[in-house]
Amino acid sequence: MAQPLLELKQLRTYFVSAKGTRVVKAVDGVSFTLDEGETLGVVGESGSGKTVTSLSILRLLPAAARIVGGEIWFAGENLLTKSEREMQHVRGSQITMILQDPLMSLNPLFTIGEQIAEPLRIHRGMHGSGLAERVKDLLRNVRIPSPEVRMREYPHQMSGGMRQRIVGAICISCEPRLLIADEPTTSLDVTIQAQYLQLLKDIQKRSGLAMIFITHNIGIVAKMCDKVAVMYAGKLVERAPVREIFNKPAHPYTEALLNAMPKLTDKTERLWSIEGQPPDLANLPPGCPFSPRCPKAEERCHREVPPEFQVGENHYTRCWLWER
Amino acid sequence: MSDTLLEVRDLKKHFPVMKGIIFQKPIGWVKAVDGVSYTINAGETLGLVGESGCGKTTTSKLILLLERPTSGSILFRGRDIQTLQSTETKTYRRGVQAVFQDPFSSLNPRIRVGDIIAEPLVVNEALPKAEVKERVQELLRLVGLNPSAVNLFPHEFSGGQRQRIAIARALSLNPSLIVLDEPVSALDVSIRAQIMNLLLDLQQQLGLSYLLIAHDLAAVLHLSTNIVVMYLGKIVEMGTSDELRHKPLHPYTQALFSAALPAHPDEQREEIIITGEVPSPLNPPSGCRFHPRCPFAMPACSEVEPVLRSTANGHQVACHLYNEPS
Repeated sequence: MAQPLLELKQLRTYFVSAKGTRVVKAVDGVSFTLDEGETLGVVGESGSGKTVTSLSILRLLPAAARIVGGEIWFAGENLLTKSEREMQHVRGSQITMILQDPLMSLNPLFTIGEQIAEPLRIHRGMHGSGLAERVKDLLRNVRIPSPEVRMREYPHQMSGGMRQRIVGAICISCEPRLLIADEPTTSLDVTIQAQYLQLLKDIQKRSGLAMIFITHNIGIVAKMCDKVAVMYAGKLVERAPVREIFNKPAHPYTEALLNAMPKLTDKTERLWSIEGQPPDLANLPPGCPFSPRCPKAEERCHREVPPEFQVGENHYTRCWLWER
Repeated sequence: MSDTLLEVRDLKKHFPVMKGIIFQKPIGWVKAVDGVSYTINAGETLGLVGESGCGKTTTSKLILLLERPTSGSILFRGRDIQTLQSTETKTYRRGVQAVFQDPFSSLNPRIRVGDIIAEPLVVNEALPKAEVKERVQELLRLVGLNPSAVNLFPHEFSGGQRQRIAIARALSLNPSLIVLDEPVSALDVSIRAQIMNLLLDLQQQLGLSYLLIAHDLAAVLHLSTNIVVMYLGKIVEMGTSDELRHKPLHPYTQALFSAALPAHPDEQREEIIITGEVPSPLNPPSGCRFHPRCPFAMPACSEVEPVLRSTANGHQVACHLYNEPS
């Protein structure tokens, strides 16, 4: 079997307080694989560890965070053993990331042309008219009208949707193999969101790029992803191909997430809500972290952390219900 | 059938765009709300849907008396709220409350929860302390929080709990209408369902009316009795939520449905992806304001502005596609 493009093996990223007294297990034993051209959706609530997982892949963690265990294999190399210099080459040219708010990820003092040219100059050594042509091509690729004019403008002169498309252009400028999108459309309007998702799909079709979509919106997963990883309190509670997740959710949390969404097509009388609050990561309950809110929890769930069980083909879940 | 609680008639709000620093003069007008009429019945929810800049929030500010309309009127129980005397304005303000999007910025971080909820009571009603305390505890129970929470500060609560506190504060004066401005969009998915269920329960228990402003179509359909779809300050379509769910007429509403995210990967939808972005309200397109983005635009659309006309079942749409051939 061909080697996957990205493979996480039991990744553990912890936040440790200054004196080492408090440890927050932000990412605790996450494993998944991603092939070339595939899209993985990472779903979970705030604080479930989705963003820390993606920042661990890029090794852009805040100072308090440490990767304490596991491996990250990208294109046959372990990213965790690379030097900072080597990582700089990976970021921006091999793996790129789109963040939630395009206004924060663009520099207000540089024209967008300069900002799109920067990775090309650094990673590809391009310059002069060749570089300018490439920037124009990229702007055309993300459907910015009249690129010659727009490349001389600043981020504040553009609308939210256009800014996010410019971030997209920066991300694909060096033809990366993996694009991580962290809630790319939360700040956009509904019709603009639909345009943007379509654009990302088209780019993927053309370049065979692999994508990781980090989102809390199950709808984006249904529209965009080939497979899904559901996270809860730092743990990957379920992973499966997208249809498996929607047709046969194995973990009670996944099931609840799917049922908590109001449907567009027919009237639901009452939404299925998950009672209680997500747990405090510094103070996790023993056993399964979802057990205090789980309607199907048994005595054992409150005591022992469930391992990963196989439910179907490529379908795994961390829930005692599936022990055979 | 049901009583009209609030009626908005041909409401307009135009903001001037000024030039100059000392000798300012208006150089243009932003027509944020441009001739909008609808009614909210007692015990029902009206959902306002539209993208940013369509005038949803300005409408809610006008109803909350935070802005004065340029023209048009808002009738509350049959009386125009612009002409109320000061004591009557006070009564109106008590009857209409609001819950905002972000429970992190709508609650004062330095005030204890009990005092946050009690503040409207203390300001508006000269109640003895013991009664205020009792009422606060009752309100906390009503929104599903532990009455012992009165002495805690907002930062000790999660987003969903804070939104419950904001709802308790809005309920403290027994209002008849609550303006909900994106009440669930800042919350996590599993908490959203809790708050939506709470809002529906409270409506049933207390007979409240809601004006719900949101951009999540599925959530609006779920909560609302009637829906108004706005685009650039105008109503393009309105009707009951069942009508809209099964038979959206205006191309913009259809595009909103098409752009809404599917609930299942196999869900098939008619793909109407509209191109372009919402034009600037400073210089809205001529004729139908949606025509530059509309996939069904005809020559007439850029010249004649369509008016809102009724089709079946109280459904109204402003689009030349549905005009009687003359």
